[in-house]
Amino acid sequence: MNDFPILTLVLLVPLVGAAVVGLMPTREGVDDRPKQVGLIFSVLTLIIGVVIAAAYKVGDGGMQLTETHDWVPAFGVHYALGLDGLGLLMVLLTVALVPLVLLAAWTDADGADAKRFVAWTLALEALSLTVFAATDVFLFYVVFEATLIPAYFLVGGFGRKNRSAAALKFLMFQLGGGLVLLGSVIGLYVVSAQQGSPSYLYSDLQALDISTDAGRWLFAGFFIAFAIKAPLFPVHTWLADTTEQATPPTSVLLVYILDKIGTFGMLRFCLGLFPEASEWATPLVIVLALISIVYGAFVAIGQDDILRLIGLTSLSHFGFITLGIFVFTAQGATGSILYMVNHGIATAALFFAAGFLIKRRGTTLISQMGGLEKVTPVLAGLFLVAGLATLGLPGLSQFVSEILVLIAAFDYAWYVGAIAVSGIVLAAVYVLWAYQRMMTGPNPAGLQAELDADAQGEGVRDLTRRELVVLAPLTAALVLFGFYPAPLLDVSNPTVYSLLDNAGVADDGPDVPVGTHAEEGDH
Amino acid sequence: MMLSLTEEIPLVHPTAADGAFSLLWLIIALPLAGATILLIGGAIAPKPFKVWGHLLGTLMPIGSFLISLVLFIQLIGRDEGDRQVVQHLYDWISVGTGSNELTVGMDLLYDPLTALFLLLITGVGSLIHVYSIGYMEHDERRARFFGYLNLFVAAMLMLVMSENYLGLFLGWEGVGLASYLLIGFWQHKHSAASAAKKAFVINRVGDMGLSTAIMLAFVTFGSTSFTVISAGAGEAGDNVMTAFGLLLLLGACGKSAQVPLQSWLLDAMEGPTPVSALIHAATMVTAGVYLIVRSNFIFELSDAARTAVVIVATVTLLWGAIIGCAKDDIKKALAGSTMSQIGYMMLGAGLGPAGYAFAIFHLLTHGFFKANMFLGAGSVMHGMNDDVDMRHYGAIRKFMPVTFLTFAMGYLAIIGFPGFSGFWSKDKIIEVALTENLFIGICALLGAGITGFYMTRLMLMTFFTTKRWEPDVHPHESPKVMTVPLMVLAALSVLGGVMLAGDWITGWLAPVVGQEAHAEPPLPALAITAIVVLVVAIGVGAAFMLVGQREVPRTAPTDVSFATRAARADLYGDAINDHLVVEPSRHLASGLVRFDRTVVDGAFSGAATVIAGLGVALRRTQNGFVRSYAVSILGGVLLVVLALLAVNL
Repeated sequence: MNDFPILTLVLLVPLVGAAVVGLMPTREGVDDRPKQVGLIFSVLTLIIGVVIAAAYKVGDGGMQLTETHDWVPAFGVHYALGLDGLGLLMVLLTVALVPLVLLAAWTDADGADAKRFVAWTLALEALSLTVFAATDVFLFYVVFEATLIPAYFLVGGFGRKNRSAAALKFLMFQLGGGLVLLGSVIGLYVVSAQQGSPSYLYSDLQALDISTDAGRWLFAGFFIAFAIKAPLFPVHTWLADTTEQATPPTSVLLVYILDKIGTFGMLRFCLGLFPEASEWATPLVIVLALISIVYGAFVAIGQDDILRLIGLTSLSHFGFITLGIFVFTAQGATGSILYMVNHGIATAALFFAAGFLIKRRGTTLISQMGGLEKVTPVLAGLFLVAGLATLGLPGLSQFVSEILVLIAAFDYAWYVGAIAVSGIVLAAVYVLWAYQRMMTGPNPAGLQAELDADAQGEGVRDLTRRELVVLAPLTAALVLFGFYPAPLLDVSNPTVYSLLDNAGVADDGPDVPVGTHAEEGDH
Repeated sequence: MMLSLTEEIPLVHPTAADGAFSLLWLIIALPLAGATILLIGGAIAPKPFKVWGHLLGTLMPIGSFLISLVLFIQLIGRDEGDRQVVQHLYDWISVGTGSNELTVGMDLLYDPLTALFLLLITGVGSLIHVYSIGYMEHDERRARFFGYLNLFVAAMLMLVMSENYLGLFLGWEGVGLASYLLIGFWQHKHSAASAAKKAFVINRVGDMGLSTAIMLAFVTFGSTSFTVISAGAGEAGDNVMTAFGLLLLLGACGKSAQVPLQSWLLDAMEGPTPVSALIHAATMVTAGVYLIVRSNFIFELSDAARTAVVIVATVTLLWGAIIGCAKDDIKKALAGSTMSQIGYMMLGAGLGPAGYAFAIFHLLTHGFFKANMFLGAGSVMHGMNDDVDMRHYGAIRKFMPVTFLTFAMGYLAIIGFPGFSGFWSKDKIIEVALTENLFIGICALLGAGITGFYMTRLMLMTFFTTKRWEPDVHPHESPKVMTVPLMVLAALSVLGGVMLAGDWITGWLAPVVGQEAHAEPPLPALAITAIVVLVVAIGVGAAFMLVGQREVPRTAPTDVSFATRAARADLYGDAINDHLVVEPSRHLASGLVRFDRTVVDGAFSGAATVIAGLGVALRRTQNGFVRSYAVSILGGVLLVVLALLAVNL
């Protein structure tokens, strides 16, 4: 087991799955086989993911399950994989999510369309897994860019009327970020080559002695690319258009997996490779993060399209995640990693539930919904739970991450914490106001007519079993990690310590220390 | 403000729970299990839950009550210095190492203060569950209602049992959620859904204060535990303690509907009446008072924070009383009264060790008599086709004798009729207020007079005067399942004052809040009592003159004074919020949406248009953007390779 390349296996399975589904003959009429085959491959990937989790040694903050092979020796490029706590959590989330995405999208498309959707989804899964597992910066760059191909086809191929324009916009932003990143990737090679034999291995790069100026330039390239990906204000405008036009399952893949690459990259590469530059840039990044939190929430409040609204709430939440990363404390970094996980779960549940809702009402406009709580109580209830998680209700998972980030922000400077905390009020407004308009009140005329016409039992129904299978595990995870986040903390804590250790950050303790720490408490 | 000599501030220093105290967790677990079963089970299999869901839901708080009672007796049996126990369930959050460590446990604290709250919450809670069996009998979603009620009880218990601020916050937000769900229980009504959201959002403003206090606690003490903070508070400095206290006060203002975050409480009356009794009278809204009394080790160190509490309390006790005078909706009149009575409790809490115990005393008696009156109001509504307008009532005492008599006990208690529970508790707060600061004391006295007025007005319009109801209304007494809880609560309203006998309550709470060395009031205590009774009598008399001696019109007269109009409009609380906060925020939101579309996105779109033009050209020659994309990747990779070569050469 020790030398078995299990990480290679976990990314090969969905890749093979994508190829198999893509090559299946298209049949006339209803044909569920591509979906079934795709689902089998995604579940298989999930099982391998569980095996990886079992093999992972919790408590060790370094890279585990590593595989390293030369790829382009002349340039120091390797095919190198490995997982630390952060990578493991991202991998587990990805493999757990894809089966749900396939299930949620089961009736979205048929025939050749369904085949393409399944194949691209599996391809995206394989590439994203590689991104999270890559320990060679060049390999990372290649797959980072390559994820755009399936993402582009998913956005442009399925969804609403203006999806092509949205896909183009998405692509333009991402390409822009990718080019800047490329500059820094090349620069890293230059620095590496100057100090001996060139190597793109993460561990080798960490050992480099990068001059202050060079470090800041290189940092800028990485940061801009990740800020677009995440996204942060002001490079966020692709997000709302994309989530509005794409299908909700695609949006889940984008916001939940692809966007996380941005904040994953900030932690892994910005902090990991350029700690000095990261601290140097902190004031600016924190300002951007705070703007994202408040601005994103206000813009979300003003939306009438539920898919745009959910997309924009993510802007606010990515602000929180970035804030936690750049305040350089254990609470902040751990809070951010947890936030990435929890925001993914909550937002996935919100998008899925919204998608099911839109299917039933035929509109995405909040102002045209209403009264659904009585007709579809389970759907409304699960939507509300996801919404409450989004607004940071204690007892649901996102709260733990949010309070950790807030504590860290307050520790950094009280006014940063004070500004960020306004997000909790604004989140309550956008979640509950949307819920009120979508779910409560008397039945709107259209819905009532439909209900009357379908007295025999067709028409607007509560969740089907398939839809329940999608939402139930997400909801359970929200509650579980809200009350018992220890499994996530145990995995992420060691990684955070080694990351901060590497960055040379010495945390200052509380002002009035207690017990054994009494002597070391002064700033 | 004038301060008395502070005694030693008692520390929180619990010992590990053993023996019967190891059952602490079960007190929360029972209603939590009830909520889980009722909400999930009720969604999966609605039919059986319709039959016995309410019974399951009622048994849970009763079980918690029995355990609370056993533990209370056990606690009495212990030495005074040994009455704090803590049960560690598990580590909730644990991050960081060394001096930056933050570990928050799911720790339950059981001490004299918590013990009293447990009895109130589970005791009054159980009675209200029983009452609801009858009140909600014809509601299709009764099982869900009981699920929400159980959820509320569990969260409220968590709030008063947590040993740290973060766990308290879990309960704090949990009761907020339950309140949201229950205010909006009939959410097919726009007004109910809107009121629910308003309550939650305004509470969130207060929660900002509590959240920030938690952050401050971590930064200052490295912990949110009461044990740690009470031990270290003395070293933290006055400014930190003042900030801490003000932040907690902001939280308390939201939850306890104190000015300026008061406006949600009147709308919250949209919820079913048992909800108003349990959540918006007896328990949840008093959580702010609990927060301040529990944090006495912080407020003791900041005169400024305590002064702020006293000011907020005094304004609110008058504010609520004035609103109560003008309301024709029986529930809203009672809600105004609740606001005012919580003002009294806050006043007691703000007055320091002399007042903490009396604040809790009044909180308990108010829990009895106000729950009693809300349930009584529910009983009246039950018999009056759910009409809430007192102008449509009149002479109901003849038709609903049990409701009338029990309500009357609550009435006599709240106005402070000598001997009734409210007499003892309110009198004590006024006495302490007069001792500490004459002006505040006079305001409290005035509030007592207004209370006498509006409660008498309510009493007269509902149970006396001439009948004014529609011909199709047939008032009838409610079933036993509703009247028995009323009788129990009426008995408690009468007898609740017994807690003051031999100064039991102050002695009992002394290990938690300390005890004031006796300070001399400006007048002999008996004289103060006489003045209070006199002022109340004036208020009652005024109500008899203005309401009892005149015809009550069925519709509210419109040619009224400015004062009446202001009071009817909740002293313009909503108008102020709308103009100062809601409208500007709405404009800001829509303005930012436009800004986002035009300026931010426009900047990128402008640049993109150029590139898009290129894309269109490519699409004409080939099959779309894919190719342009592929080209750019290829270009990118080529660049890398060239660069690598350049460096290698």
